[in-house]
Amino acid sequence: MTGRRNGPAPAWLLGGLGLAGLIVLGELVPRSGLVERRYLPPVSSMLSALADQAAAGEFWQALGETLRGWAIGLAIAMVAGVVLGVVIGWVPLLQAALNSTIEFLRPIPSVALIPLAVLLYGTEPRSTLLLVVYASFWQVLVQVLYGVRDVDPVARDTARSYRFRLLTAARTVIWPTALPYVMTGFRLGAAVALILEITGELVIGSPGLGRQIAVAQNSNAVSAMYALIIVVGLIGVAVNVVARAVERRALRWHPSIRTEAAV
Amino acid sequence: MSALKSVVRLLAVPALLVAVWWTATEGSTDYFWPPLRTIVGTFDDTWFHGRLTSDVLPSLLRLVAGYLLALVLGIGAGVAIGSSRTLRAVLEPVLEFFRAIPPPVLVPILMLFAGIGDGMKILVIVTGCVWPVLLNTVEGVRALDEVLRDTARSYRLRRGSRLVHLVLPGASPQIAAGARQALSVGIILMVISEMFAASEGVGFTIIQFQRTFAIPQMWTGVILLGVIGVALSALFHLAEARVLRWYTGLRRAQREG
Repeated sequence: MTGRRNGPAPAWLLGGLGLAGLIVLGELVPRSGLVERRYLPPVSSMLSALADQAAAGEFWQALGETLRGWAIGLAIAMVAGVVLGVVIGWVPLLQAALNSTIEFLRPIPSVALIPLAVLLYGTEPRSTLLLVVYASFWQVLVQVLYGVRDVDPVARDTARSYRFRLLTAARTVIWPTALPYVMTGFRLGAAVALILEITGELVIGSPGLGRQIAVAQNSNAVSAMYALIIVVGLIGVAVNVVARAVERRALRWHPSIRTEAAV
Repeated sequence: MSALKSVVRLLAVPALLVAVWWTATEGSTDYFWPPLRTIVGTFDDTWFHGRLTSDVLPSLLRLVAGYLLALVLGIGAGVAIGSSRTLRAVLEPVLEFFRAIPPPVLVPILMLFAGIGDGMKILVIVTGCVWPVLLNTVEGVRALDEVLRDTARSYRLRRGSRLVHLVLPGASPQIAAGARQALSVGIILMVISEMFAASEGVGFTIIQFQRTFAIPQMWTGVILLGVIGVALSALFHLAEARVLRWYTGLRRAQREG
């Protein structure tokens, strides 16, 4: 971010300007009557609706439900994706046999499972959990498979000649190479898990912020609906930021991060 | 011989899985898990006598319309934002925020503006698909090769030809990555937008089956959605391989060299 021509403004200042511009625009456009306030209330009334929400215990409970569902789903998907990815990626026969199955199953849209989830679990949190795990599992699995494929062939053959057991090979040979990929899978999976968590709550009606949005919509509480959507967006930003921070921390030793930091 | 081998390898496990499903549910009396034989038997009746043109086709047309519109908007805005350092810095936090909003929550908002017609559904698909395309285009344009960029400048290529010969091809691998993400988002939104309020469409029909406890029909819907997802992603792969032929060739050459 070093400017050559008479020092441009720093990025954070410009970014702040952009955000401020968005907020001003969100306030002025509805007030000027350009867009009906019924459809897009001014930012100030969204914020006061948000304050009302924050005063009610229901909001915090819904927030907790959403975060819990997200975390549990992501954790299950991570464990399953990493374990299966390492096993499948390490055994050539398994990989050859399962490759086509994975390619078939992966593009099946997770929302196809919504009717099934509703039938099995109704509006319990479990039905949303099913969607979250299914959607984020593929993100993790595919990245782990890439990572295991990227292991140096010499290291791989050496491990085979010395008859490393799978666990030893996983710890000493696979893990260091695959870790950047695992972290990418974690980042992608975290974002997808949040999307499906909210979607499940919104469409199925399992408890959480998504259901609160549906409730606000049905009771025509437009400002509250926008306020909740802003909260969901902020959670999304936080998830991305945290996932990136975790990635950087876990990969401090890795050349891709080291060079980035040095520049 | 090796062709036969690879076919076996390709189909062995999928065939095995279907066989397991078939035998495990054979004679099943569980209401929610009907025999696969029944599901396959109702497939033809459920979809191929009218619903293909009255439900599946409208859904797919909306998906295509929304997706293409998102591609045009995303690439256009992405090139503009990616080419200007200041614009990029100003818009980055705003874009981060909009990208982080799960696209399905846009459905209630867009219902306010556009009602529940085709327009709303296409708009939902556009607003969901545009972000991956836009952000990847910005990244692709930003990461253009410095030497190529300077060369184009020294030769005083005009704006239009710089765009066609340098910027778009240079960013195309990234744009393709964004377009692939956008496609899966688009399929999700196609279904979700119809689950809210609709009178036709694949998503609507499947939810209707579920609500009326038409279980085998619902299963055929789940399978149909899976098939649509797989088919669209295969189509995308074909198109991508064609457009990016030069790039995959280059990568291979670099790896071997």
